[in-house]
Amino acid sequence: MPEHKTLAATGNSVVAEAMRQCKPDVVAAYPITPQTTIVEEFAAFVAKGKTHCEYVTVESEHSAMSACIGASAAGARVMTATASQGLALMWEELYIASGMRLPIVMANANRALSAPINIHCDHSDIMGARDAGWVTLFAETAQEAYDNTIMSVRIAEHPDVLLPVMSCLDGFITTHSIDRVSVMDDESIAGFVGDYEPQNALLDTDNPVAHGNFSGLGGPYFEFKKQQREAIENSRAVIKSVGEEYSALSGRPFDVIETWGMEDAEVAVVVIGSTAGNARTVARHLRADGKKVGVVKVRVWRPFPYAEIAAALKGLKAVAVLDRSESFGAEGGPLFLEVRSALYDLAERVPVVNYIYGLGGSDVKLELIEQVFTDLADIAAGAAAPAGLVYLGAREEA
Amino acid sequence: MKWDISQMSEWTYKDFPPAAVIPEAGNSHYYITGGWRSERPVRSDEKCTQCLLCWIVCPDTSVMVADEKVVDFDLDHCKGCGICAQVCPVDAIDMVPEGCDLPGVK
Amino acid sequence: MQQLTEIRWHARAGQGAVTAAKVVAETALAADQYLQAMPEYGPERMGAPIKAFTRISSEPIEIHCNIEEPDIVIVLDDSLLEIIDVAEGIHPEGAIIVNTCTPPEQVRTALGVADSVKVACVDASGIALDTIKRDIPNTPMVGALIKVAGVVDMDSFKGLLAKNLSKKFGQEMIDANWASVDRAYEEVTVA
Repeated sequence: MPEHKTLAATGNSVVAEAMRQCKPDVVAAYPITPQTTIVEEFAAFVAKGKTHCEYVTVESEHSAMSACIGASAAGARVMTATASQGLALMWEELYIASGMRLPIVMANANRALSAPINIHCDHSDIMGARDAGWVTLFAETAQEAYDNTIMSVRIAEHPDVLLPVMSCLDGFITTHSIDRVSVMDDESIAGFVGDYEPQNALLDTDNPVAHGNFSGLGGPYFEFKKQQREAIENSRAVIKSVGEEYSALSGRPFDVIETWGMEDAEVAVVVIGSTAGNARTVARHLRADGKKVGVVKVRVWRPFPYAEIAAALKGLKAVAVLDRSESFGAEGGPLFLEVRSALYDLAERVPVVNYIYGLGGSDVKLELIEQVFTDLADIAAGAAAPAGLVYLGAREEA
Repeated sequence: MKWDISQMSEWTYKDFPPAAVIPEAGNSHYYITGGWRSERPVRSDEKCTQCLLCWIVCPDTSVMVADEKVVDFDLDHCKGCGICAQVCPVDAIDMVPEGCDLPGVK
Repeated sequence: MQQLTEIRWHARAGQGAVTAAKVVAETALAADQYLQAMPEYGPERMGAPIKAFTRISSEPIEIHCNIEEPDIVIVLDDSLLEIIDVAEGIHPEGAIIVNTCTPPEQVRTALGVADSVKVACVDASGIALDTIKRDIPNTPMVGALIKVAGVVDMDSFKGLLAKNLSKKFGQEMIDANWASVDRAYEEVTVA
């Protein structure tokens, strides 16, 4: 049985701790707010000899992910972390990492993208990378950030998957808040993640292989993309089984979506990340007043849990999707598009409304969530849904 | 040969090694590039001093050597770049326009 | 029923408000409480006004937003009183603790808060200069907090303080810090 230790620690601090416990062979990273303290603390572990790891200091995120790709192709267990502009600078490498099927694990401290310059939380960075072929997990709390990091290694390295995994936590809200977190002993984590047995390692000189090959016009590029689709579809079952195994170890539940009050809810909010707690807090108050409200939190963003979302929201009178990022010119935010698509095949139509909230770290006050539930109650009672998406809490003309 | 790619054009996505990895070293030998050639090198054994400069410079390792002497060109892989002819100090190599009747070349 | 205490810290960057918020949270953990401590980060420089937040609860804390209706407000620099409404949203039964030489009656008048709100003052900077020999008022302010509002246990706080300080300093510095906490606990006055 694992030994559990309760800490008062920031999300970044426990991500660094989880990284140390997963024993990566190589970490190549470039510091960027609000990810900095992850790599700072991990670099300190390396400097103090608390983990045996090649820590590569690079001159940019572009180089960081390039170095990770090289190291991973060589056969190393590789981890890194980034945020915002750093993730944006990694763009082309993100696709190369997934296309080369390299099980790199990366923490992303969700932060807004410039311009204007802003260092605070929203999901614009990761949502821009949503099609890059990475399995993507979201944490609500520092605890989940710790847990997701450890599970990510197993998911990424599973032979049916072999894809990079991104483990997201909300910038400042989760990365820098001190929270109560339970961590496990090194041995239990080492036992859980196991040793990495790379396939097609460049450093396996007895079995020389070539990576990074060309597949041009008329070549099988198309077939390789189908392989990637199959791999991320395979990850659905792997995520569930790794999650079950980790739950048994940690004593904490895990599922691709987390539902609250959905057994008999008439209206619900769908949300990702730290705001889920705010939504549950408001929902709990409303429940105390006899309102049948629920909350659905998406913990696995890629592959998107279509079936689970449809099952959770089936038969509801109204659903609100909260997006902490824009998809300018689309009909709504990225989560909205997924949720509404997941509901399309249901026989009975579920009205879905979209709220954009919290961009650039704009504070998610409980009144804002209350407003969403009030709107939902109105729609459930027959009122017209708000036309188009709503910028929740944005100052508007009187 | 560990990896038989003769039927590659028929392969489905399940047949390719993941990630476009090539799981065998040196298999470019099986890829016939001679068909890219518009001129072919022809060597005069009389003029040739066996200095082996052409063997050194050939980018496709298509100058075939036996017992430290040039014996032939590997026309399955020679792309006809003409570097061998350019560097030859005694003009022993001529580049001759290619016909369309080369055996073994697609 | 959940026992939730929300503390808002007002300070200037460099005065140690974030560190204090962290140690208070750690002390709460030692008492098996749930906690949250977060600075309101910005691209600030030393001396710029900052806020930090601490939540302490008997139950898991799920909310992630700023504290707008604090039970306790701690002000580490009285020059902030002129430029920031530190009393904004204060709970009617709450407490405001200010690092200042000004008597609490005068501070109460300046703040204009309801009679039900406790206003407490302590010269934490003076105490820090006497004991720690540097104007870092964060530690004595926690001593004042414990006297005025309880929230965390004194012995437990002093124990953690010693543990944290011992990583970099000797017993002399630990004793000086403990003295600063004790003096603030004794000297804080409430109006």
